[in-house]
Amino acid sequence: MVCAGTGCVSCGSLQLRERLEAELKDRGLADEVKVVITGCNGFCAEGPIMVVYPEGIFYKKLTPEDVPFLVEEHFLKGRPVQKFLYTGPIVKEKVPLLKDIPFFEHQVLRALRNRGLIDAENIDEYIARDGYAALSKVLSSMKPEEVIQEVKTSGLRGRGGAGFPTGQKWEEGRRYDSFPKFVICNGDEGDPGAFMDRSVLEADPHSVLEGITICGYAIDAHQGYVYVRAEYPLAIHRLNIAIEQARNYGLLGKDILGSGFDFDIGIYPGAGAFVCGESTALMYSLEGKRGMPRIKPPRSTEAGLWSQPTVLNNVETFANVPPILLKGGQWFASLGTEGSKGTKVFALTGTVQNVGLIEVPMGTTLRKIVFDIGGGISDKREFKAIQIGGPSGACLPSSLLDLEVDFDSLDDAGAMMGSGGLVAMNDSTCMVDTARFFTDFSVDESCGKCVPCRVGLKVMLNILNRITTGQGTMEDIDLLEQLGKHIKSSSHCGLGKSAPNPVLSTIRYFRNEYEAHIKEKRCPALVCTSLIKFRVDPEKCKMCGLCKKACPMEAITWEKKTPAVINVEKCIRCRSCIQACKFTAIE
Amino acid sequence: MAKLTVDDLKRIKEEVRSSTVLREGGFRAKVNIHMGTCGIAAGARKLMAVVLKEIEEEKVKDVMVTTSGCAGLCSREPMATVEILGKPPVKYCDLNEERMKEIFVKHVLNGEIVEAYALARGSETTY
Repeated sequence: MVCAGTGCVSCGSLQLRERLEAELKDRGLADEVKVVITGCNGFCAEGPIMVVYPEGIFYKKLTPEDVPFLVEEHFLKGRPVQKFLYTGPIVKEKVPLLKDIPFFEHQVLRALRNRGLIDAENIDEYIARDGYAALSKVLSSMKPEEVIQEVKTSGLRGRGGAGFPTGQKWEEGRRYDSFPKFVICNGDEGDPGAFMDRSVLEADPHSVLEGITICGYAIDAHQGYVYVRAEYPLAIHRLNIAIEQARNYGLLGKDILGSGFDFDIGIYPGAGAFVCGESTALMYSLEGKRGMPRIKPPRSTEAGLWSQPTVLNNVETFANVPPILLKGGQWFASLGTEGSKGTKVFALTGTVQNVGLIEVPMGTTLRKIVFDIGGGISDKREFKAIQIGGPSGACLPSSLLDLEVDFDSLDDAGAMMGSGGLVAMNDSTCMVDTARFFTDFSVDESCGKCVPCRVGLKVMLNILNRITTGQGTMEDIDLLEQLGKHIKSSSHCGLGKSAPNPVLSTIRYFRNEYEAHIKEKRCPALVCTSLIKFRVDPEKCKMCGLCKKACPMEAITWEKKTPAVINVEKCIRCRSCIQACKFTAIE
Repeated sequence: MAKLTVDDLKRIKEEVRSSTVLREGGFRAKVNIHMGTCGIAAGARKLMAVVLKEIEEEKVKDVMVTTSGCAGLCSREPMATVEILGKPPVKYCDLNEERMKEIFVKHVLNGEIVEAYALARGSETTY
């Protein structure tokens, strides 16, 4: 039924009808489809209008030029044409509640309890949200031993990566009778893709200061330091403001809250060495020496900064402390798994829809993190792996998506909690290349003190370079595994001990990709450029010309209705064509 | 400045609490711009400039403007939260200067939520 009310006629419904009848006749459909002229159906604004029965499909704003396509699609193939469909007035969608949005729904905010709610540069707003209430409770009504006991009850483990029980560390720090003692907050967040500490320091610096001060009271220290990497200027700026405000209020300095307890905090910007995130190296750096780890024991709790007893915790660990003292260790331990209590903050990045900072209870599955909170993989691609823990961590495959994340389960999977970087990877990621990237990072950042890390990693990198350029042998895989094991067992510090993890985990879970690189000289994800032929498969090529448009070197010849051809002489192997091709026709 | 006592701390808490929940602070609305590194990189400072300019031009006296850190959804920055007295706060995302201005005029001044840019109503539950 074509509307022929005045409104529709004036915008061309009669021409539309003529064209429609002609087209139907051409296609031999004149007997099956009857064209009826109707009076105004009242929807003149969207005219010319046409309604197709028996389905009652409502088309709008048609022109005679649309008719051939419409007839072919709808009447011949039986597919209503979406782009002409009338979709109803834009339904007034109600703005959903925050707690109904999956990204927020599955999060539990403890360390990030003030995120987005308070002005980081205004101490009063922190106080209004129970800020410094824990400190006031501790100083006025708890003995240091009771504070330590509460932290032990909570089951809080160090959020910097290794997961050492915080209460136990504080207890050791208190045990040694050598003064002065120190508290250090490690904010030297160096993992690629991690930004948890930065966000906490920027959004809620006082929660960290309060945690440090409580720790100072517990171990009988009077000086704390926050070691922040110099690449975080905003975090340093806000910390400075926060410290100044706390001093003005007497929440730092002499006789805090009239309790007789003295404590002050200084900031030390790190110069950007990854190794300075290692606790002993960090302390040397703070002393003004070259940042290099030393052999433990003695532990830092016995002989740390300037060889005095020192408790060092991560930013997130300290941010968790005030609520534990305020609400009790039992409360904190009510969430989480057997061995890992509370929540963990992750920086979720990579190829997920929702990139951001999340906090979830320990024991949340990777699937929930990637697909519910992260909203799944972006650009309609497939999930391939999730990288957890940065250069010390591992790449876990989709078969481990139901892994409940905590310190122990990750250890078993050959990964590591690390500081909490989560990088989702899609099917266009080459796992061998990823392992090579992280090994390259570790080689760059190795301090060079011990042989396994300094030399061993370099050898691993050379082997990986061989494999990604098509010169690998099957023995190389065994050699990588052997080397990795030795580096893990004989390196000085935690960074060396964990640096082979990216390689070992990718061999464990993606061995077939290593084999494809070695045996077939092929990179399945088309990342390693030496192994790409840069040849268009004429069978797969849909002759769309997108590759030609993408090529910066004009190395592709293509004309309409002929498959594209790449001129290998001109090609600089930049992969622009591969990224542009929607049909995986380039191999 | 005089050093605080435990009681002072409680007093500040009560005072600030009442002023930030709008009512007793004499404010009718609050605009909170999320200014973590992610927000600033995405243009939060420009939003702030727009809001301040509007307030000055319209001679608005009862709107509080404040900042805070990252709201968590870094990929949708810049973000802002608008709260009108007696209503749940509304979070807006993927903003720019024009959108911020539209939100200011429609939502802050006239109480009408701009649904096109709104992400959600309400606050996150914290421990």
